[in-house]
Amino acid sequence: MTGNRIARAILVLFFIGLLATPFFIKRMSARRETDRSKFDTKTALARHGFYLEEVSHAAGINFVHQSPKLDSKLDPIMPEVASMGASVSIVDFDRDGWPDIYVTNSAEGSKNHLYRNMHDGTFKDVAGELGIADVNQSGTGVSTGAVWGDYDNDGYEDLFLIKWGRPELFHNDQGHGFTRVTEQAGLPPWINANTAIWLDYDGDGLLDLFVGGYYSEDIDLWHLTTTRIMPESFEYAKNGGRKYLFHNLGKGKFEEVSSSVGINSRRWALAAAAADLRGTGHPDLFVSNDYGVSELYFNDGKRFHEVGELTGVGFAPKSGMNAAFGDILNQGRYSVYVSNISEDGILIQGNNLWVPKEGSTGDALQYQNLARDFGVELGGWSFGAQFGDLNNDGTLDLYLTNGYISLDRKRSYWYDFSKVAGGNSTIIGDARNWPAFEGRSLSGYQTKRVWLNDGAGKFVDVAQAVGAADTYDGRSVALVDLWNRGVLDVVVANQNGPLLLYKNTVVPENEWIEFELEGTISDHGGSNRSAIGAQVTLFWNGQKQVQEVSGGSGFAAENDRRLHFGLGRKPHIERALIRWPSGKLQTLDGPVANKIYKIKEPL
Amino acid sequence: MSQTISAPLAPSTAGIPQWKRRLSLDNRYLAPAFITCILLAGHLSFGILESYPKTLLAIATSILVEMVLGRIFLGKWPHPASAYVSGISVGILVRSPAYWPYALCSAISITSKYVFRVKGRHIWNPSNFGISAMLVLAAGTVAGLSIQWGNYLWPMLVIWALGSAIIWRLHRFHITAIYVASFLGFAFLRSWMTGSPWLSEVAPITGPMYQLFIFFMITDPKTTVRSKTGQCVVVFLVALVEMVLRLYQVVYAPFYALFLVGPTAMLIEIWLDSRRTNLAAPVAAR
Repeated sequence: MTGNRIARAILVLFFIGLLATPFFIKRMSARRETDRSKFDTKTALARHGFYLEEVSHAAGINFVHQSPKLDSKLDPIMPEVASMGASVSIVDFDRDGWPDIYVTNSAEGSKNHLYRNMHDGTFKDVAGELGIADVNQSGTGVSTGAVWGDYDNDGYEDLFLIKWGRPELFHNDQGHGFTRVTEQAGLPPWINANTAIWLDYDGDGLLDLFVGGYYSEDIDLWHLTTTRIMPESFEYAKNGGRKYLFHNLGKGKFEEVSSSVGINSRRWALAAAAADLRGTGHPDLFVSNDYGVSELYFNDGKRFHEVGELTGVGFAPKSGMNAAFGDILNQGRYSVYVSNISEDGILIQGNNLWVPKEGSTGDALQYQNLARDFGVELGGWSFGAQFGDLNNDGTLDLYLTNGYISLDRKRSYWYDFSKVAGGNSTIIGDARNWPAFEGRSLSGYQTKRVWLNDGAGKFVDVAQAVGAADTYDGRSVALVDLWNRGVLDVVVANQNGPLLLYKNTVVPENEWIEFELEGTISDHGGSNRSAIGAQVTLFWNGQKQVQEVSGGSGFAAENDRRLHFGLGRKPHIERALIRWPSGKLQTLDGPVANKIYKIKEPL
Repeated sequence: MSQTISAPLAPSTAGIPQWKRRLSLDNRYLAPAFITCILLAGHLSFGILESYPKTLLAIATSILVEMVLGRIFLGKWPHPASAYVSGISVGILVRSPAYWPYALCSAISITSKYVFRVKGRHIWNPSNFGISAMLVLAAGTVAGLSIQWGNYLWPMLVIWALGSAIIWRLHRFHITAIYVASFLGFAFLRSWMTGSPWLSEVAPITGPMYQLFIFFMITDPKTTVRSKTGQCVVVFLVALVEMVLRLYQVVYAPFYALFLVGPTAMLIEIWLDSRRTNLAAPVAAR
């Protein structure tokens, strides 16, 4: 009898232990993964090697994004359907050697801004005088993003404007103005897209353009004929916008070739990025989809082959909102970061960090999601994220912005959201069935993540400790050395919120090197002048890191095309190996640290 | 969601030819077979699982804990069918990017059967207890299966048809039917009270979480009262409490409603049984 009682007592204690386990696990992981110390510049520099200071007002930037107001049939859920459009892209549009900033606005009649870098710490909006401000006129849709690429190889970056509406291509007239060339280029009259990237998929030296549709292109969101415009499923929807691949024919003409090269998808694309993942010399294409699985297209130079499921990235459906590449382990291979939704107790999708499996290469490339192991899994309702070495210690860190809809702090829409999202397609697919928002928040007022990479497979969130303290509804992040100081500053576009400029201060002991590449094209071939697709592999202190010039990445963003490498203390740089999009290899022996290298592809 | 079928519920096999008996499936295996079909169909067609290893971990933990505790506290090796169903339910219903919640939820589910016993009967549905506990205690890591399944009509119809047939065979269809009817009625009421579109109130029951809930959890013989009328009243009360919780915007209202109503009903029945026994004892003594 006594033995039975003891056994029961042990059972009860065991049970209490089981119930207490989540509490202890939470405490342990919180201690390990987050530095919650208060922001103090000295402490931040001493502990993390850098701090961020929000300087937008001091820099002369007072931009506040405005959301679109769509058809009144959507009024009850307007905050949700009009929740995207804030974007930022970096470009040196006038080739003065100083990066400029382009930001989109999304209310009808609102203006986009092009902030010219005045070289003195300030910026001046010149979009109006250059002809790329008034691009959200009634009847033409509104801006949701912008990507820059020199499609005609004249040396000046041209602008493709992503819209829910009429997409626009603007030719850069040598930095003095922009000419609208949409019709001449042969672009379609209407696309509801949130992502586009420039890439030279066939290696002909001419930049091509991928555009990923979100809502179906048949829908004019301001003049709806039906309210059945929503995804047919929260995780298996295939009723989104079509995809476009505009093949550059030269002379300002493009031909849409997506179907003929193997891209056929009607998933709800939110982000895309391209990089040569297999060392073939051709950019592969990664597409993160909302309401479904991600897609990965291997490119053989002529055709694309969808291998999402084969490679492991396209099986578990989530709410993909970001695509960014980074050689996070300094192994010369890219991992891919995809952001998703996590809300305590309701929906824990977790973000994905797709790391190449050891030993898998070429067409047999396989990825595994190591977001949890690396500590970059939970970021709230995550949106834009970018890899970059924020403290110049030689490893790539990760900046993530988040937050969906911040309205009434005390009332949440999550209950209604989860109720409908779990329903049958006939219910979820019709906006009329969605309960009214009534001023409630949905994953609003979220704190951001600045994950520092220790180089050994662990990231620690230091956002609060280094000064990234805003709680706006973040959408788009771009990293750029704004003032040519050898550090990566952070620009964040917020939905219905201000454009933020986080100026970075890094301990001077940590050194750096940057590469500004320009491709060369002739009758005998060569690379696009934007050098999009060029790779630099830097060898220093017995390690290497690869980076690639990108024509758009993250969420509705484009980083500075100049490649920035942090090097840590007292680096010994062995060499930099450049592989141009043309396939040409160029080696720089013994480049010195703390210098910006401007390199033109040799003929 | 422990679905071991007790002897009185099994249809009599007397008079059935031996060859037919061999071919027919023991009722004990019906629920495991059905839930395995749902799992495989859902995963192969839609990829509902986080991963096979996580589900296998949930199943293995569930069976292991059942074996150990059954051996210690009941003095015998329990049949694994019940633990298998609990484990597989945890594997489907728990959504977490981490591994540990699957093992922990299974362990909590099975252990709760041995901790909360009154007069030899466990009063909480094991996986209902485990999942409710995880949703409250590990909210930062765990969510329930609410949206992670194809929202198309045909898989839903197949599961409803198959589930109804099996539940009918087990003589528990009335529980499911009363619950569904009550839910739909209360959906009307909620829609009228809150002004939300009626279809938004109906939407949850068209999702996969409810399919598992109505066919496996609320019909569990071990944790439902014995009389048919009692079962109907209890399941109506589950729907009623769920409606109240929904008015307070509780996302996992059905789990919590069953968590509250199920054991209360069991305790009342156990109390009534013991009262009846006590009253009958003096009469018998006379």
